[in-house]
Amino acid sequence: MTGAAQITIAGVSHVYRPPRGRAVLALDAVSLTIQRREFVALLGPSGCGKSTLLYLIGGFLPVEQGAISVDGRPVSGPGRDRGITFQNFALFPWKTVRANVHYGLEKLGLPRAERQRRAQALIDTVGLAGFEDSYPAQLSGGMKQRCAIARMLAHEPDILLMDEPFGALDAQTRGLMQEELLGLWQRTPKTVIFVTHDVQEAVYLAQRVVVLSARPGQVKAIVETGFDRSDPGLLKSKPFVDKVDEIWHLVRAEAIKAQQGRRESSAS
Amino acid sequence: MSAALGRYLPLLLLALTWEAVARLGLVSSLALPALSDVAAAWWQLLASGELLTNGAASLYRAGAGLALAISIGGAVGILMAWWRPLLVVAGPLVELLYPMPKSALIPVTALWLGFGDGSKILLIFLGCMLPVTIGAFNGARGTDQALLWSARSMGAGRLGTLWDVVVPSALPEILNGIRSAIALSFVLLVSAELIVARDGLGYMIGFLGAGGVYDAMFAVVLTVALLGFAADRCYRRAMNRVLLWRL
Repeated sequence: MTGAAQITIAGVSHVYRPPRGRAVLALDAVSLTIQRREFVALLGPSGCGKSTLLYLIGGFLPVEQGAISVDGRPVSGPGRDRGITFQNFALFPWKTVRANVHYGLEKLGLPRAERQRRAQALIDTVGLAGFEDSYPAQLSGGMKQRCAIARMLAHEPDILLMDEPFGALDAQTRGLMQEELLGLWQRTPKTVIFVTHDVQEAVYLAQRVVVLSARPGQVKAIVETGFDRSDPGLLKSKPFVDKVDEIWHLVRAEAIKAQQGRRESSAS
Repeated sequence: MSAALGRYLPLLLLALTWEAVARLGLVSSLALPALSDVAAAWWQLLASGELLTNGAASLYRAGAGLALAISIGGAVGILMAWWRPLLVVAGPLVELLYPMPKSALIPVTALWLGFGDGSKILLIFLGCMLPVTIGAFNGARGTDQALLWSARSMGAGRLGTLWDVVVPSALPEILNGIRSAIALSFVLLVSAELIVARDGLGYMIGFLGAGGVYDAMFAVVLTVALLGFAADRCYRRAMNRVLLWRL
């Protein structure tokens, strides 16, 4: 792995306190270093705290124990250097595709002509040309996520935080979007932290897969992947399938643990 | 056109029945003057200018009261969702006042501000504020956290998200609250003008009724009903236009 450490996560624990019910330890002493322009997948059973870790890096949740720094500065809140997409797209429903993509550029204070140029280029890149004046409710799931990706990229963040971005899409759209995201990342490399519970997706997209344990989330394993994604037969090749299998077993053990934990807590 | 005709056919039938019942002497003309007499009286009131001056007075009061109710009520509701201390202070107050019959405030506002415009505007403001406040509060509280976070990650400050995300998220519920407020404003206005006023449509109804001029009284009652109907129709149309993005 070349390049300098960009994101450092050191001994981060996080307690989730729901408005009702008891507090839950979501993350337990997680440490991780992510290089500049690296594509990392956070993988784990549901409820393992992988999204929580992403939100902590994003500065949306306060770091209460441990430390997270980005480019040497401790994270103290959200910032333009870290863009985010969500599973449910989180587009502004009252804004058109164009206005959604414009939002970050307006906040940057760019002149109108420059905004237009950059927004249109992105809309073209993600294949939404012709839908500029549509509202999110008029778009399919895949188109919504394309729009969300264009919006995230508009103000050119260094780091992309992606929270199960393709989790709500059908299998075909999902495969297509994976290829397109990879293409985008290869053309303009950025640091990507990609949360998913889909093992194959993680192995296909990421250079490193971080497997988190069942709650409380701990780093259970870090697996180097980094296959040659330009190979059209990759998904069926033996090394790829073996790697998916290897990681799948790690995750499966955790998923079983998570389920047992749930059963115990519901029995108590 | 024929669809509209079909829709309002029952009303047309009702009007014809009214006219027939009154003309045939089935009910006393004191209780129900013939619709044609009511129409003639309406025309006279319009020609004399009485309807317009009194109507203008009423609409001014309703408009001013509603404008205050919407701007202040909406702001209070959103801030209640945004800033906990305000919820702690204002929340119980809203809960207490919401089910109160607002017409009970008529003598109170008259005591404070007299018989003129001020007491009606205050009454409508106080009476119509809560539906807007509650709509704004519920709408703002339901703001999707992912939208707030997205806006923050694109450079919006905490205060910036209030205007950029919270207000538009709350808008559908605010607009529904305003619709209730408009209907309520007519009720309050006419009641207040019936009791404590020297002009306005409600005052005319009371004045003409007390004087036994029943066809003219009915003419004003119908005018109020039609104004309420028209206000609601126009408002709904405007609301659908604003909420076009919901599809």
